[in-house]
Amino acid sequence: MKAAVLVFPGSNCDRDLAVAIEKICGTEPAMVWHQETELPDDLDLIAVPGGFSYGDYLRSGAMAARSAVMSAVVKQADRGVPVLGICNGFQILTEAGLLPGALMRNAGLSFICRNVGLEVLNTASSFTRLYKKNQKIHLPVAHHDGNFSADEATLDQLEDEGRVALRYTENVNGSARNIAGVLNKKGNVLGLMPHPERMIEAAHGGKDGYNMFASLMQVVA
Amino acid sequence: MKANVHVTLKNGVLDPQGKAIHHALERLGFSGVNNVRVGRLIELDLDDNVTDQEIEDMCRKLLANMVIESFHIEKVA
Amino acid sequence: MTEENSSITAETVASHGLSPEEYDTIKQALGRTPNLVELGIFSAMWSEHCSYKSSRKHLRELPTTGQQVICGPGENAGVVDIGDGQAAIFKMESHNHPSYIEPYQGAATGVGGILRDVFTMGARPVANLNALRFGSPKHPKTPHLVSGVVAGIGGYGNCVGVPTVGGEVNFHPAYDGNNLVNAMTVGVAETNKIFYSAASGAGNPIVYVGSKTGRDGIHGATMASADFGKDAEEKRPTVQVGDPFSEKLLIEACLELMASDAIVAIQDMGAAGLTSSAVEMASKGEVGIELNMDMVPCREEGMTPYEMMLSESQERMLMVLKPGREAEAEAIFKKWELDFAIIGRVTDSKHMVLTWKGDTVCDIPLAPLADNAPCYDRPWVVTPKAKALGNVPPSGSITDNLVTLVGSPDLASRRWIWEQYDNMVGADTVQCPGGDAAVVRVHGTEKALAMSVDVTPRYCRADPEEGGKQAVAECYRNMTAVGALPLASTDCLNFGNPERPEIMGQIVGAIKGIGEACKALDMPIVSGNVSLYNETRQDDGSSLAILPTPTIGGIGLLSNWQNSTTVAFKNTGEEIYLVGNSGKGHLGQSIWLREIAGREEGTAPTVDLAQEKSTGDFIRAMIQDKMVSAVHDISDGGLAVALAEMAMAGNIGATVEAHDTTLPEHAYYFGEDQGRYLVATSNAVALVSAAEKAGLPIFRLGVTGGKDLVLNKQAVSLDTLRKSHEAFLPELMQ
Repeated sequence: MKAAVLVFPGSNCDRDLAVAIEKICGTEPAMVWHQETELPDDLDLIAVPGGFSYGDYLRSGAMAARSAVMSAVVKQADRGVPVLGICNGFQILTEAGLLPGALMRNAGLSFICRNVGLEVLNTASSFTRLYKKNQKIHLPVAHHDGNFSADEATLDQLEDEGRVALRYTENVNGSARNIAGVLNKKGNVLGLMPHPERMIEAAHGGKDGYNMFASLMQVVA
Repeated sequence: MKANVHVTLKNGVLDPQGKAIHHALERLGFSGVNNVRVGRLIELDLDDNVTDQEIEDMCRKLLANMVIESFHIEKVA
Repeated sequence: MTEENSSITAETVASHGLSPEEYDTIKQALGRTPNLVELGIFSAMWSEHCSYKSSRKHLRELPTTGQQVICGPGENAGVVDIGDGQAAIFKMESHNHPSYIEPYQGAATGVGGILRDVFTMGARPVANLNALRFGSPKHPKTPHLVSGVVAGIGGYGNCVGVPTVGGEVNFHPAYDGNNLVNAMTVGVAETNKIFYSAASGAGNPIVYVGSKTGRDGIHGATMASADFGKDAEEKRPTVQVGDPFSEKLLIEACLELMASDAIVAIQDMGAAGLTSSAVEMASKGEVGIELNMDMVPCREEGMTPYEMMLSESQERMLMVLKPGREAEAEAIFKKWELDFAIIGRVTDSKHMVLTWKGDTVCDIPLAPLADNAPCYDRPWVVTPKAKALGNVPPSGSITDNLVTLVGSPDLASRRWIWEQYDNMVGADTVQCPGGDAAVVRVHGTEKALAMSVDVTPRYCRADPEEGGKQAVAECYRNMTAVGALPLASTDCLNFGNPERPEIMGQIVGAIKGIGEACKALDMPIVSGNVSLYNETRQDDGSSLAILPTPTIGGIGLLSNWQNSTTVAFKNTGEEIYLVGNSGKGHLGQSIWLREIAGREEGTAPTVDLAQEKSTGDFIRAMIQDKMVSAVHDISDGGLAVALAEMAMAGNIGATVEAHDTTLPEHAYYFGEDQGRYLVATSNAVALVSAAEKAGLPIFRLGVTGGKDLVLNKQAVSLDTLRKSHEAFLPELMQ
């Protein structure tokens, strides 16, 4: 599998994401600096990591979404290349217009770091096909701005089209309809607030995030 | 009565956010930006009998962090 | 030489926190009157914060060496060998005064500063911890301070991507006017890639990197060495603002440059900024330094050399590069969008010379600046022995007492705090906050580091020496309880005004106790910091000092993270044993006495260091041999609280019938006798025989199971305990 992990100034889960991809998918991903204007050809995955790109100043993900590499990401996404945005990566993908909605400040106003319950709703995507429909899993969240927000029509559309990939089983951060992760229309771009890369081995206390990466392997194979 | 309170960092206080935005603007090709400072706008909808002194007290006690911020009150109507 | 000395008056000297005697010493060192820049530099270097002038004499008594120690105190942080060519680099530092004045920024910049101390030496920071003390929960300012400090620590640590994995929090009215924020960072480096601060090589370029210099925190180091008057609020302009985003870039840029061999020496600009970094680099290398102040990157117009030298703007570093490597270094810092400026060179003059607009504005011989720094043998009195407590009658049932205690300010769940910290970034956190010690895997290996920060200030007040010992012993126990071998420690000594003999007596006593314990438990002190003058003048003119708070931060090593254990009961039907000693029901200075009986009296419990070591060795061996499934040391709140914590963590109850009938029930269950652990086992016969073989007392307490904790036939449900345990902080912070 050929994967790329984007690196922005202030990304801080880029290494964790690369470790998870290498461990599960068997090949070391290319680390791509935000100022690159081109991405490698034939990518099987573009991963947008968590962290605080540009310090989360202005709006989370806003400045990263306007960096050079994102134009290349948009092109590849249009061609159907799988794009996975985790946490700050999700925020960047919404700011870049690849995913609908926005991630606002948590309803409780505080940063939240804990394991949360989730339900996998979409099991058709390249990222989720190894999960069972309505499977309950646990993944960690660690964010200040994870409150998913969109207008009612968009929310209805997301649900109708099966694009709500993951839903919190409790109200974690005020997200509309407890949405934790959404897909684009084509189903090749997934953004989610929880961190699957922090839950892939015994040392993490569980492996519920493993299949997020293993699913991609099946697609490639 | 409406009043807008503009809260800005005091002169000389580092504005990390402004600094990062400044860099990003330059990267996007906008030249001629000498400095960026970020503040907050707070819109107050007030009873007509609220005095100027009271608005100022609101600013000092809560709306602005007087350690690092200053404020400017703009009566809108 | 620009003559500015006409402006130096007695008031100028006093406003720089220098005594007339110290000023005379400066004049002797220079052979003339200093100008304002020079005075500022002397005052910063000779402040309590930088010179340790009140404590240095006593700090020399601490053990600082050992087979595991690669570098002890004196550098930016301590360095300890963790095998396989790797080292752990760590230090704890206070940021007390700034955190009281502006809690968010004060705490945030405290985290930033300690991170820089660690990555300056070549380590990637892998964990942050913090030890916090606040005033009474009832004090109107307390919630504001708690929320600001916690948000500041989280805001900075989360953004730089270093997990905050542990810490401790106490509340006591003695901290009403002086809260404490002690921050610790642990990093990991290759032993052949450790960077030190001694400058060398006349002609080598001196490079400034990071953020620009502003007028932040001018004279913060002298502020940190003066007690608070009623005008504390007015001292606000000296507070610095942290920029964790720039810090993250600085970490990555420094580590990238460090992968090459371009750096001769490196030092972060912390307290006293450019002054202390330049002076320390030159002094350690026994060379001279020449800086062109026109080259210092400034954020504001019209900054003077005085301001540039004393600014405490954050996220800055000073480096000496090998000649010819400037371009390579500059490219890296430009890539990370950081300032890079060659601001001077190393000389062999052994002087620090500053030029500005063509004039020499400072020329100080470095030797006297360091060697003639004041070192005081301040008068001190031994802290009088506290009166023994005598018998205290019970007050209500032990289960009711227990519910109250697990919900009391010092024992309640800290979840509200640590859920605001990213404790998992790095994906190597094996044990999160909430247990005895945090456990973080060494990236890419099976090894793990255990870390803990500890001190019990109420013991230290009753008996500084025993309290000092206990702080180290408790830290040792916490690391032992997760299965780690304690390796070394860092200390952060927080006290009141050392010019008062009774405070100085606390300092001397605590250092003595810490030294003894560190020696006995082989946990040498490899780094540390002293924060004095934590006092507030009261309306009646008296001065309220904090409780003596010598915080100990320890690190320990696990050869394999899988051999670590946690406090949580894992299985129903396991047997619970008490290892160490059955206890004498020591209620003096206990949480029970304070929270239930409303008294803060009695002697502090004593620590038997030999027993501490043998019990620790035994517990570690039992964990290694998988003989025990859960381990917890007994500390604040005694046996009953430890049992409740194990039960709540595992959501499995327990029935305990043992009771030493020679003791009153409440003393048995809530006494805070030291050197004891609770373990759960499914292998009791082997455990008991191993303890007997080791000559250690071991007592069967009961079995795990159910949803209640049953003590001497009195039951309390885990739900009731948890409700009380979880309520305190959310209610306080509403």
